[in-house]
This record gives sequence, structure tokens and C-alpha cells, in this order.
Amino acid sequence: MSLTSDSLATIIKQRLNANEVEVQDMSGGCGQAFAVIIVSDIFKNKNKLMRHRLVNNALKQEIGSIHAFTQKVFTLEEWDLQKKQFAG
Amino acid sequence: MFRSSLLTVRGFIRPTTINKQTTNLINSNRSLLVRFMSDETRKAIDEAVGSAPVVLFMKGTPEAPACGFSRATIQILGQQGVDPVKFAAYNVLEDSDLRQGIKEYSEWPTIPQLFVKGEFIGGCDIIMSMSQSGELAELLDDAEALVPEEEDEIEVDEQTEKKSEAEKK
Repeated sequence: MSLTSDSLATIIKQRLNANEVEVQDMSGGCGQAFAVIIVSDIFKNKNKLMRHRLVNNALKQEIGSIHAFTQKVFTLEEWDLQKKQFAG
Repeated sequence: MFRSSLLTVRGFIRPTTINKQTTNLINSNRSLLVRFMSDETRKAIDEAVGSAPVVLFMKGTPEAPACGFSRATIQILGQQGVDPVKFAAYNVLEDSDLRQGIKEYSEWPTIPQLFVKGEFIGGCDIIMSMSQSGELAELLDDAEALVPEEEDEIEVDEQTEKKSEAEKK
């Protein structure tokens, strides 16, 4: 079973209790490389390393099965700030 | 022991170090989904991690990265001004034990992986965001892993002085 952006987004939403998920398939269709943005309050009060570990653990099998995975994670508050910065 | 490559200030050189592989046992177990690294591999990784203040496990070498993420990470470390004397890079593609073992060692699924003073810092995403926020510079500075700036500054100062003197004349 190969991953698609949609299936990965669904998995992330469920397992990481995410409010917003953006998955970009960077592989050109082979389902081997993804870039994701995850917005969830489970990242609150956690440093970068802890956050990424959380994601890595939640997606252990998925990440193991693909070639490249890049992530950006935010709490709801940080995400709002990001949006304001880009909008402003 | 894994072979390491070192950074030079403006380009990269590869030092000569030993590379002894013991892959027979592991190769015969390659079909196993979960593979535990041998004590020997763990010890070799321990040594590698402690071999320099800044240690990067990457795909390819600093002068010829074999993956975009490793390339980006090397570029960032170069931009930060990491002192080549304080840096070692290990090519995981040269050693399948290392490639698997390092993921288990740091409980991190991807490569590259950066260690500063023996501590796991993160992968490409983390390094990139730390370099943008300035945290990486701080971390490397605290680890005294950066090229000393004084000499460069003196040179620049002298040059600018001469230049301004010349301009006065």
C-alpha cells in the first residue's frame, strides 16, 4: 500500500489530533516523499526535538516506508501568528 | 570505526581514517523487519558521536552530498562558520550497519542527523529552523565550534583602513 497525500493527511489528523494538516507530495507521484505542516495543540510546551519525535513516533511505519519526509509543526497559537505574519 | 570527513573553511577535505566493517552477521538478517544493532555498532557510533564537537551523519560526503537534505544541512553548517577542526561527517551510505544503527541509536528515522557535544540535535528540518531563529548559531557558539572571528576581522579592518586611507589621499 503506497501513501497518498490524502491518506497521510487523514492518518496525521487522527493520530496527532491535528486541527490543520497540509501534506505536499514531493515525489512526483510515486508516494515516496512528503512535506507536511501539522497544526496541533499536542505540541504545546514541547521543544522542537520533542515535537518532531512525537510526529516521528506517530508515523513510524509511514516514515519508514518512504524515502523523504519533512515536517513543520505548530501549535494553534503559533499557526495564527504565522498566518498573520504572512498576511501582514 | 566509521570513516569521517572533515570540513575545511571554504571547501571540504576528506581525512584519512579507518573503516572496518563487520556486516556479515547483519547481512544474513537483512530480511528481518526489526533489526537491533550489535554492541559493536553501538560502540562505533558512540565513538563517532564523540569524535568531534560537531558530528553529522549524512548521505554522501560534505564535498559530494548524495541527498538534498544532507546537502542543505552541510550548507547551513558552512554558513554558520563551523570550524573544520571541530567537525566530522560520516557517510551512512558507506556502511549499512551505520545507516541502520544510527537511526536506532538516536531513535530518529531520517538522515542527516546532527550531534553537538555528544547530544542529538535533530535532522534537516530542525537544523534549518534553528538556523533561521538564531538558535543554531548560539548552540554552536556555546559549543565553541565556530571558526574564531578575530583574525578575519583584523584583516578586514586593515583592508578597510588602507582603503579609507587611500581614499583620503
